[in-house]
Amino acid sequence: MGGSAIICRGLVKRYKDVVAVAGLDLEVRSGECFGLLGPNGAGKTTTVEILEGLIAPDEGEVEVLGMRWASDDHAIRERIGVQLQETKLADKLTVEEIVTLFRSFYRRGHAVDEVLDIVQLGEKRKTWVSRLSGGQRQRLAIACALVSDPDILFLDEPTTGLDPQSRRQLWDVVAAFRARGGTILLTTHYMDEAERLCDRVAVVDHGKTIAFGTPKELIASLGAEHVIEFALQEGQAPPEDAALLALPGVHEVRANAGRTTLTVEELHRSLPAVIAELQRRGLGMTELSTHHATLEDLFLHLTGRHLRDE
Amino acid sequence: MRAHHPLVQLTLARFREFFRQPETVSWVFAFPILLAVALGIAFRNRPPDRVRVAIQAGAGADSLAARLAGAQALRVEVLDSAIAAARLRTGRVALVIVPGEPVVYRFDSTRTESHVARLVADDEVQRAYGRRDARAIREVKITEKGARYIDFLLPGLLGMNLMGTGMWGVGFAVVNMRVRKLLKRLVASPMRHSHFLVSFALARLATVALEVTFLIGAGMLIFGVPFRGSVVAFAVVALAGALAFSGLGLLIASRTQTEEGVNGLMNLVMMPMWILSGTFFSAANFPDVMQPFIKVLPLTALNDALRAVMLDGTGLAALAFPLVVLVAWMVATFTVALKIFRWL
Repeated sequence: MGGSAIICRGLVKRYKDVVAVAGLDLEVRSGECFGLLGPNGAGKTTTVEILEGLIAPDEGEVEVLGMRWASDDHAIRERIGVQLQETKLADKLTVEEIVTLFRSFYRRGHAVDEVLDIVQLGEKRKTWVSRLSGGQRQRLAIACALVSDPDILFLDEPTTGLDPQSRRQLWDVVAAFRARGGTILLTTHYMDEAERLCDRVAVVDHGKTIAFGTPKELIASLGAEHVIEFALQEGQAPPEDAALLALPGVHEVRANAGRTTLTVEELHRSLPAVIAELQRRGLGMTELSTHHATLEDLFLHLTGRHLRDE
Repeated sequence: MRAHHPLVQLTLARFREFFRQPETVSWVFAFPILLAVALGIAFRNRPPDRVRVAIQAGAGADSLAARLAGAQALRVEVLDSAIAAARLRTGRVALVIVPGEPVVYRFDSTRTESHVARLVADDEVQRAYGRRDARAIREVKITEKGARYIDFLLPGLLGMNLMGTGMWGVGFAVVNMRVRKLLKRLVASPMRHSHFLVSFALARLATVALEVTFLIGAGMLIFGVPFRGSVVAFAVVALAGALAFSGLGLLIASRTQTEEGVNGLMNLVMMPMWILSGTFFSAANFPDVMQPFIKVLPLTALNDALRAVMLDGTGLAALAFPLVVLVAWMVATFTVALKIFRWL
């Protein structure tokens, strides 16, 4: 533990007329799980692929485990495990055959059986990839990344498109790797994933880091821990923002698609006041919900947009 | 080499993927045999058809028909002049005989069949009117193995097969892996790039041995095709061919980003060779000006060499030219492919 696993400074990558990464700095410490959180197209994948040595940056410096791409490629590849966003492994090979193939590329690492146990695919060892479910395929991809017992694990949107149970299984695998002292760099556009797995996150938008810290710190930076959301009966307009902001503990007011969102410090003080204010104005609610503030709320606060634009 | 050497594992993966694809297996093994059977039936050796000859109706027609009725090689009918002319024009009879003095033979002199009909019919007519043979004749009929169409065809089918599997087996597989981002994933591992490329060649060697044994074995068993040359010479030729086409497949795949793209390019490269390189009929049918070009096509070199070894028992020393052509293609394509290959 301690020290930096990955450092990058001033990373820039342009594609024709698009700037995918616009001067990004990052430091991932050894033994932590670091999350790059941002919407699709924020430059997360480009950043990760630069760090994995698959894309050369136009500008900036990258250091992985104290080594540099172009001079130490082979040595770095021996010590990192990579799961790419879109890889489709060979359909007609079995789970065991594919992991054995990947194992053969590395000087050291786990036994194949060991890795299959780690990702809970032991029972599927003789099954063709084409017959695996989405979640199983993703765990196989992670088995291929883990088979060298790497120092750093790169995961690019590992749970996108998976059902809740598969996501939790995958989180368990990641958490177990982290618990054994591994370093993880993870990209995601799921805030719950980042909050659950990551020690620290960088929120990325338009190729730049717009916020940086532990999930707790970032949420605390909103200045309020809770969120109240309500919707009114049709045809009724919510009170003006100033009136809501005047209520006790309310920090921020946003209207979004017929719903009003309030960021508040303490639920037990603000919620009764909000309900009383609406009743006083004769407004009827059709929906009312509260939740702990999340990174999603932070992203909304920073950019005015949702992480996932539905 | 230990079992977990990456080269062994990569080659095994190629091999498994190839044989677990039912389409590929049937394309490689069943298709050439079916084609050989179909073409073997269409162009089977059979006694020459009797030549159709018309006698124009009129004086003396019936007596001439009666005299020619015994001729084995002719099928004779008496027709009105209009009908006879129409049939001659459309090729349903090869010759029209107009009885009289002199006897008139009406035929199209540019048609081989009509020439034959004229010779055979004239022979019969002269005999029927009493000509005697000047010398005694004895006929010996042979059907020599190695001179039949199927004997010509089989080495050509094998050459075409080696071209197809070499190019598809390598080219399509590489592009497929690029499309699936599997190439990218492999590059992210410490796999040696040379191991990856060599594994294709190794997997090809194993499949080539199977293909060749199967096709030639089937040809010998089903059609009695002769195998007169040395097995070693044959193996050398087949390997040189397989590797030349693997190189060509790799070259085509080296920068292609889509499966449709590689499909089109493959057909563009293979189509001219199917026609020009003497697979189904001899390349000698093309004009002399084209011959130098045709001779240096890899499929021509492969077909010529396979045929020479199988049918004529030619040794390696006499096959220097086609072997040099194949090796040149192999070296050139692999070299360029490695230079311009796109991993991501």
